[in-house]
Amino acid sequence: MAAPRYRAAEAALLIVEPLDVFTAVFHRPSGVTHLLNEPAPQILEALGNEPLEMEALLAWLAERYDLGDADGSGTALLCARLDELEAAGLVERT
Amino acid sequence: MTAAQTLVEVLRDPARAMAIDLTRWTELLTVARAETLAGTLAHRLEGLAVPDAVAKALAEARIDAAEARRTALWEANRIAKALRPLAHPVVLLKGTAFAAAGLAAGQGRGIGDCDILLPKPMLDHAEKLLVDAGWQWIKSDPYDDLYYRRWMHELPPLIHAERGRMVDVHHTILPLTARQKPDAQALIADAVPLDGGLAVLDHADMIVHAAAHLFADGELAGGLRNLWDIHALIEERGLEGLEARAARHGLSSTVDRALRLSHALYGTSVPRRCRHLTTTDRLYRRRLMARDGWGRERHTALRTAFYIRSHLIRMPLPLLSRHLWIKWRKGKAASASG
Amino acid sequence: MKHQITLGVGPVSFRIGSDWHGPIAALDALYHDYPRPGFADYSVRLEAISPWRRWIRPSIRVRGDYWLPDASPLPRAQGLLAAEMGMNLQVALGHRRHLLIHAAVVARGDRAILMSGVSGAGKSTLALMLSQRGWRFLGDEFAMIDPETGWVHPFPRPVSLKNESLELIPDEYRVGPLLAGTPKGDVRHVAPPTAAIAAMDEPARPALLVFPRFGFPSALGGLAASETFVRLTQASTNYVAMGEAGFRTLVRLRGRIPAVALDYPDGATGVAAVEALWDAL
Repeated sequence: MAAPRYRAAEAALLIVEPLDVFTAVFHRPSGVTHLLNEPAPQILEALGNEPLEMEALLAWLAERYDLGDADGSGTALLCARLDELEAAGLVERT
Repeated sequence: MTAAQTLVEVLRDPARAMAIDLTRWTELLTVARAETLAGTLAHRLEGLAVPDAVAKALAEARIDAAEARRTALWEANRIAKALRPLAHPVVLLKGTAFAAAGLAAGQGRGIGDCDILLPKPMLDHAEKLLVDAGWQWIKSDPYDDLYYRRWMHELPPLIHAERGRMVDVHHTILPLTARQKPDAQALIADAVPLDGGLAVLDHADMIVHAAAHLFADGELAGGLRNLWDIHALIEERGLEGLEARAARHGLSSTVDRALRLSHALYGTSVPRRCRHLTTTDRLYRRRLMARDGWGRERHTALRTAFYIRSHLIRMPLPLLSRHLWIKWRKGKAASASG
Repeated sequence: MKHQITLGVGPVSFRIGSDWHGPIAALDALYHDYPRPGFADYSVRLEAISPWRRWIRPSIRVRGDYWLPDASPLPRAQGLLAAEMGMNLQVALGHRRHLLIHAAVVARGDRAILMSGVSGAGKSTLALMLSQRGWRFLGDEFAMIDPETGWVHPFPRPVSLKNESLELIPDEYRVGPLLAGTPKGDVRHVAPPTAAIAAMDEPARPALLVFPRFGFPSALGGLAASETFVRLTQASTNYVAMGEAGFRTLVRLRGRIPAVALDYPDGATGVAAVEALWDAL
């Protein structure tokens, strides 16, 4: 079975307001306001361009941000954030 | 004319709103809120030259309705996602269905819980999937729980821990204790699929369900709104196939009564046989109209009669006495310990 | 109902009905300078809990277009309090025209200070004291932010002062009866100055956001943008119900004005601190 690919909710469905280390995101379909901190807004940014598999997403993020992934904890963190974003409807598995 | 009558008249013919004075508008808005028809009223009156102060209040009712719609559709989306492993469409009922199918009956309508219909053999699996996805049981009482599972047409209500929204999972549209036995398999088999793993009842079934819901489930509280659903469904898509469908579900007399009342109150286009009220219908009409300009319910005796009747409909008499006995015992125990 | 009155307060109008004459007469006196509009946005009912309880141990049940099922009844002597609670509830649960922030608001010209805090933070007292020093009183309960303009609309209801705050009531202000032994202690309602009521249709532009806390040593703190954002969402009764308009309005308010947390030990110090913040803008 192919690895799942992740895709962010369409940009038109989100209103993104950077505050400080937090970013407020209003999700139109649910009417819910989410307060996200690193790396969640970056994940949304990455998955907003095209659907990515987990590994490609990790590579995309590592290229631009310091994930501190020397011991592999970055991947675990990323998985946890992705699950949360998926539960909130901000990210979908395709 | 009572405030409830004014509400019905204006829903039926919005142009009548032009003749209302400001004091009457206050009463109309209050009674519309009490009957959860404020959003519907606001939609009916959209674009009409009502007084400025009234227009602002109606705009608020439209904001509420838009939010109710958004929340309901999102909840349906989440439920469909959780139930995807069933590989079966989730049939939406009532308000969520009207909104999802883009029907006139959904315009301005308030939407509470999400009611869905699934084949009975799938209920256990559905319950497990919902619980895994963050829904929780509300009724912890073993008797209530058993009562739901054994006699009602649904799982005990589940509430989502984060969103606080309730889902009622039905396997048919009337309690198992009711005399009429709707054909649940036909309801599901003929449902109309929508995007995203969702479906809605076929048009005629939607009207049958709305009628069953109006009379069989409850004390006719909120009846004006439920009757408006029926009116709006018929005005938008007609009556084709309704008579046969009602007969198939054993609900012909229920549907006919709904049509008679809908015609009498809202002027719905109905078959000739449904254009006159019977004596009993008139009692129903009085019950539906029993609300004054302060939003208070009137005719206490009539209400009590309908309350008792509502229990008789839901349960055969021996079962009802058993139910009330256990409820009474529990009430005593609670007051003794509290 | 047997007795009734309509009242206009800023952008909102109420119809209050009662089974007794007393509460309506008290409202009529306290709201002497407010309009009596023909149409009311919301209806409030002060009703006997059963027909005979109109006379025997009378208790007032508060109902209305919007109400909470678990609110306990009040004794008849506290009818004015019941009416005020009923009016508050209608706005808190029903209002969608403005984003509501729990805050007292005062203004100089068309620029306003929002003082947001929980009950007991001292915002009512501060607003009343500032109203004696040339500030226009726009309200002590809800800041009503217009989603179109971002301006704050006055909602200058009478202030309810409790217990030790009662001695702060200025002589020339119109007051209601002393209500002893309410769930909140001894309470008296004070109508805002006539000029504030006369100007209740004139909105103001928010210029400063203060989160005051009464009874602490003087301290002033800046707030991170995200903390201000969260505090505002928590101080709003209709943020969620307003949907996207609520988000946009709140984001704009947060982005446009400075926000500070202010701890103060007593009213006079608080007033001086607020005015110093204003002068430094």
